[in-house]
Amino acid sequence: MSKTLGSNLGGIMKDGLWTQNVVFSQLLAMCPTMAVTTSGTNGLGMGLATTAVLVVSNALVSMIRHTVSSQVRIPVFVVLIATLVTVVDMAMNAWLHDLYKVLGLFIALIVVNCAILGRAEAFAVKNGVVASAADGLAMGLGFTGALTGIGLIREFLGAGTLFAQASNLLGPAFAFLEVNIPGYGGALLMILPPGGFAVLGFLLAGKRAMESRLQARAGERCGTA
Amino acid sequence: MNFASFREKIGYQPILLGAFALAASGALSWASSATGEAIAAAEAKDLRDQLSEVLPEGFADNDFLRDTLEIADAERGGKPQTVYRARWGGAVKGAVFKRVERGYAADIQVLMAVDAGGKTLGVRVLKHAETPGLGDKVELAKAPWIKGFDGKSLGDPAPGKWGVKKDGGVFDQFAGATVTPRAVVKAVKGGLAFYAEHREEILGERR
Repeated sequence: MSKTLGSNLGGIMKDGLWTQNVVFSQLLAMCPTMAVTTSGTNGLGMGLATTAVLVVSNALVSMIRHTVSSQVRIPVFVVLIATLVTVVDMAMNAWLHDLYKVLGLFIALIVVNCAILGRAEAFAVKNGVVASAADGLAMGLGFTGALTGIGLIREFLGAGTLFAQASNLLGPAFAFLEVNIPGYGGALLMILPPGGFAVLGFLLAGKRAMESRLQARAGERCGTA
Repeated sequence: MNFASFREKIGYQPILLGAFALAASGALSWASSATGEAIAAAEAKDLRDQLSEVLPEGFADNDFLRDTLEIADAERGGKPQTVYRARWGGAVKGAVFKRVERGYAADIQVLMAVDAGGKTLGVRVLKHAETPGLGDKVELAKAPWIKGFDGKSLGDPAPGKWGVKKDGGVFDQFAGATVTPRAVVKAVKGGLAFYAEHREEILGERR
């Protein structure tokens, strides 16, 4: 039992981080992806906040999956997610106020992140609490990775910095992350919306190319065997 | 009758929805009352930090957050404008207030401090949605431009010179962004005019 759950968790992690990545495979949550990835720090903060909501919402949905009938499940999940995000928003405003000033605008946006309802529908309704929470964590981390990556590329090309103001988000101990490339003014276009679409497009193309190459190699091996 | 078949009945759905709405409202009102005090404290601290930004250090000895005055601003249809008063030994030495002016993308919120004589002590942009890299040089974090207002008053520079250089004024515009600095200059000028108009009201009242 524990072994099957263990191998299951490995599969869940791989799905969330790569195979079923929210941004690069499912192409969900494009709105926050475009809006917050103007810097690596913003992407990281938004990703972590979304991960927290995703883990709790998946666990709660999984807990109530036998009580909720399929006819009214969508409104119930929407109410649940909206309540959760509002509570997170208020708690951050009260106790993590400095972080809230950086991310405040985006926290409320988590409600409309279709990835959250998407995971509730696609995974949590059909699976146990532990597996659902793990799925939320994996999907959230995959989302965080994608947002941070896109943010870093856009920030690097657009402003010539890396992780600017990271110490605001993670505390002064992380100031070493902040890199400034001297003598590079930055290409403003990359910070503006077109830059977001361009970077995402290149990354998507890169992932596809990599996957098709891997597939071709696997096919070759089967052919010769 | 077992639960699985009862779950499909029409009567079950509204009860379920109602129960969830009730639980959600309960959770929200609990969270709101649990965080209300901390949020108010954090926002008061924010305001205090902002006000201390525009006032020189050691300028006031009173709690200027509490020493406020509501003045109807005729220019904005009589909407009340909150003025924070900085005192030293009981006498009003300066006033801090917000001004809002339409920028390139959205409203720009400016916080400014004026001394008793009508000279600008400090100006900061609190909130804006200007183009990053072009218009956001009005932030102190991006450029020292905003400090150019320190020490200016309605008569200095002369009224005709209160504008960006492109309009024949004395303040720099930014390459590629004229609308944003123009709006900030207008906001500061409007604030000084507002102070001049209500000077007695702000200075006169003793606590």
